[in-house]
Amino acid sequence: MKLKNKHIKWLKALFHLIAITPIVALVLLVMGDHVGGEPVEYIIHYTGIGALNALVLTLIISPLAKRFKQGALLQTRRLIGLYVFAYATLHILSFVALDLLFEWNLLWQEIINRPYIIVGALSYVILFLLAITSLNSVRRKMGKRWQQLHNTVYVAALLIPVHFYWSVKSEIIEPSIYIAIMLGLLALRLGQLAKQKTKHRPSSKHKVAASPLR
Amino acid sequence: MSHKFSKGIINKAWQINDNEVTPEPIFQDRRNIIKALGFGALGAALPTTSHAGIFDLFKDKKAASQFTTTPLSFISNEAFTAQDPLTPINKVTSHNNFYEFGTSKHDPVDNAQGFIVKPWQLIIDGEVDTPLTLDYDDLTKMIALEERTYRLRCVEAWSMVIPWTGFTLTSLLKKAGVKNGATHVAFETLYDPKQMPGQRNRRVGGGVAYPYVEGLTINEALNDLTFLAVGLYGKTLPPQNGAPIRLVVPWKYGFKSIKSVVRITVTKRQPATSWNKLAANEYGFYANVNPQVDHPRWSQASERRIGAGGLFSAKRIPTQMFNGYGEQVASLYQGLDLRKHF
Repeated sequence: MKLKNKHIKWLKALFHLIAITPIVALVLLVMGDHVGGEPVEYIIHYTGIGALNALVLTLIISPLAKRFKQGALLQTRRLIGLYVFAYATLHILSFVALDLLFEWNLLWQEIINRPYIIVGALSYVILFLLAITSLNSVRRKMGKRWQQLHNTVYVAALLIPVHFYWSVKSEIIEPSIYIAIMLGLLALRLGQLAKQKTKHRPSSKHKVAASPLR
Repeated sequence: MSHKFSKGIINKAWQINDNEVTPEPIFQDRRNIIKALGFGALGAALPTTSHAGIFDLFKDKKAASQFTTTPLSFISNEAFTAQDPLTPINKVTSHNNFYEFGTSKHDPVDNAQGFIVKPWQLIIDGEVDTPLTLDYDDLTKMIALEERTYRLRCVEAWSMVIPWTGFTLTSLLKKAGVKNGATHVAFETLYDPKQMPGQRNRRVGGGVAYPYVEGLTINEALNDLTFLAVGLYGKTLPPQNGAPIRLVVPWKYGFKSIKSVVRITVTKRQPATSWNKLAANEYGFYANVNPQVDHPRWSQASERRIGAGGLFSAKRIPTQMFNGYGEQVASLYQGLDLRKHF
């Protein structure tokens, strides 16, 4: 069965639901006193993991679309990508509001001094740029540069789990799994890129730019 | 500012003004948190029955019956009565680092309620005249108990103010008699993978090599501040806070204050310590609170003080050298480069 626009609509609604449910759950958990009397770290971690999970999901869409020949699936990526940005924003807001308690000077000091915060902040800059250029009108205006910019999502895909790994005291198993997943997803694309390059060797430069790494 | 409790001594930097003290706070109800989060309207809009229904989803976590704590008799040590406002008991007992029960702050309260402390055995051995074995009742009866309110500064840059009940380590070591030539004291937490999921499973336990071990120099151990707590807020310790007996070293980062101690060994060499074994570049043997020496990955210059109230009520305050206990302990480190020996 080929997915049609109607299906995509439902799929998008489902993705909205999947993305919003954890936030509702978080509010209930915190309100209900189910995550300890001081859930600051919990909230920061929860929203950060939310962003990471959404990022994994957006990066899984195109291999899935290719494997099952469901090109229409690609239409859902912007929605999920914007949720990555939304969760990352909540993550940073909770860090600033609940942990640093709006000590902007401390935030600045941490951003310039702590490698894991720098890596996180850089990733957020990327996500921010991708979010604000996600409108179709902007995309048309940007032309080829749009794809070049949006390929930086792969940089974020590596930086974000590294930020996670670097932030923990000793619980490195979970972040290591995320690093492995991201490397796997990138490897899939590198394979594709290599294929594209060999196929179109005579005009590779032009073709690669025009057929983006997806 | 009242000097009622300072017994004619001038108020010291580490003393907390007693007019800032809040009485033992009433267990904070859900409404306060809702309000603090700004979800008041949302909460009010939901009928109570639907509340119950939704919260039932998460009920399994609370299903385990609560560990029972019992009141202790003690005298209040007036040199250490409350200074800063106390951290409410519900936060002291639901925001813990005790990786043996999981690495999340709320894992210990969720996972430790079935912890068995009776019977218990605490062995004091090594370079002592008379090795001792204390059983559960000895912990609260062998030495007269006192209450002391100390600041607790976690290496993760948050802090609490907690009224502990217990006795000084030095009073216990005196009973055993420390031999000449002893240089250090080593401590060990219970190793019982059946009871402690973090010891069974590397992922749950955060990759720490168990049993958890800690250590002090002999002079640190004999310092009057170094405390063995058997209770908090006037009652025996709940398991998540290190029942039935734990160390409290208020001028050092919290991870030095080892929980659920089964062995105290006086030695002639510096013992291994758990976090130092795990990451020597981040956690030194001394681990004195020091706002000038940052953790490699975060600043130690300030701390988030956890007090009463909702999520946004915490305060960021400057961290004090030796957590404000320099008057009692700074002399222990004369001539020592605290940047090198962090």
